[in-house]
Amino acid sequence: MYKLEVQDLHKRYGSHEVLKGVSLKAAAGDVISIIGSSGSGKSTFLRCINLLEQPHAGKILLNNEELKLVSGKDGALKAADPKQLQRMRSRLSMVFQHFNLWSHMTALENIMEAPVHVLGVAKAEAREKAEHYLNKVGVAHRKDAYPGHMSGGEQQRVAIARALAMEPEVMLFDEPTSALDPELVGDVLKVMQALALEGRTMVVVTHEMGFAREVSNQLIFLHKGIVEESGNPREVLVNPQSERLQQFLSGSLK
Amino acid sequence: MIFDYNVIYEALPLYFSGLLTTLKLLALSLFFGLLAALPLGLMRVSKQPIVNMTAWLYTYVIRGTPMLVQLFLIYYGLAQFEAVRESFLWPWLSSATFCACLAFAINTSAYTAEIIAGSLRATPNGEIEAAKAMGMSRYKLYRRILLPSALRRALPQYSNEVIMMLQTTSLASIVTLIDITGAARTVNAQYYLPFEAYITAGVFYLCLTFILVRLFKLAERRWLGYLAPRKH
Repeated sequence: MYKLEVQDLHKRYGSHEVLKGVSLKAAAGDVISIIGSSGSGKSTFLRCINLLEQPHAGKILLNNEELKLVSGKDGALKAADPKQLQRMRSRLSMVFQHFNLWSHMTALENIMEAPVHVLGVAKAEAREKAEHYLNKVGVAHRKDAYPGHMSGGEQQRVAIARALAMEPEVMLFDEPTSALDPELVGDVLKVMQALALEGRTMVVVTHEMGFAREVSNQLIFLHKGIVEESGNPREVLVNPQSERLQQFLSGSLK
Repeated sequence: MIFDYNVIYEALPLYFSGLLTTLKLLALSLFFGLLAALPLGLMRVSKQPIVNMTAWLYTYVIRGTPMLVQLFLIYYGLAQFEAVRESFLWPWLSSATFCACLAFAINTSAYTAEIIAGSLRATPNGEIEAAKAMGMSRYKLYRRILLPSALRRALPQYSNEVIMMLQTTSLASIVTLIDITGAARTVNAQYYLPFEAYITAGVFYLCLTFILVRLFKLAERRWLGYLAPRKH
């Protein structure tokens, strides 16, 4: 049984097709890295999984429960039942490239917000959990700081703690280190590695080849909206079969 | 030029009762204005054309006509119709205080609605996406993220609107009310000392403005601290 299954996802902007049938299967504990050059559709694919973008065709299943989709006016699919979408989203938490913390709330409030107001967890319990996760990502000392007063690395770790506090089935990471200064990237990657070792199921869109190779157990290389190559990252990255991936890897240093 | 202190000193009780009237007018019109502005502001960011257009038309008409014209229409204009004079609303509509409050509240609601709408539109899209991605419903999104964040960011602009409204309440003196300006008009009418009478009114308004500015500074420190530079 798969935790998350995406089947044959299609997405277009106008007549430009950005995803031409992308699939993904994540079993419990899988860490899947999605790589590809910019414009390959990797972020769009991740954002279609929780319907931040509307796909035009395809199926999304979480724990074998299919997200019911209907066609909207513009031909794109939308959730047939908003309640189901909200429930599924709350079990699929997402970490964004630009952190997207709520700027008017402190770190602690950011983390407590969704458990209290989406999942209905009691405040005291949510606070305890929030402090636990802040500790875990190493920013406990900044719990009363506002996002605008934190460094990018701190903000991203708070955002990871916010996603963790939902105790999700699957975590989606959308280029979590791309907006960070090079010296801050390591802190965030270490946190993500620790999560992977705990057996969390993660789908990570990334440019960090080191992370893809060392931490993930599945690699998907997207090119122009299709899966050009996929498999075990160590094999795929060391011995790429397709010309596209060879080109892509020769462009990156590691 | 000699400033006639005695006349002003004698008239101070009149000015202070005028001050109370001004404060009453301001508080009532701001309260009801804000109450109306909230739904109107939400309507102005609605994607439903009819909802949005209705609120747009309202704010356009109100902001497109002078406050004084609106006040005259409500206080003098409506009384022209017999149906109005005979309706159950007449006890209200024949009261200058009620008409002034109504006109002021309508006026400020239109301006405040646009402030709120602008602030809602300026919410970073990423914060909205994060809320959706966490599984928030539309209602929760507005209640927990959009409105708290937008209303805070609207504070500096709203403080401006409140100060404008304070000055605007002086129009009430034209429809027979004795507010601060009304007191000045009375003093001028009795003693023909326009300079003394109006400079005193000006000082009252300046003090009120100063207090309002301080209050909003405190409010911004309390609710907008997250936008201030980092202190520690």
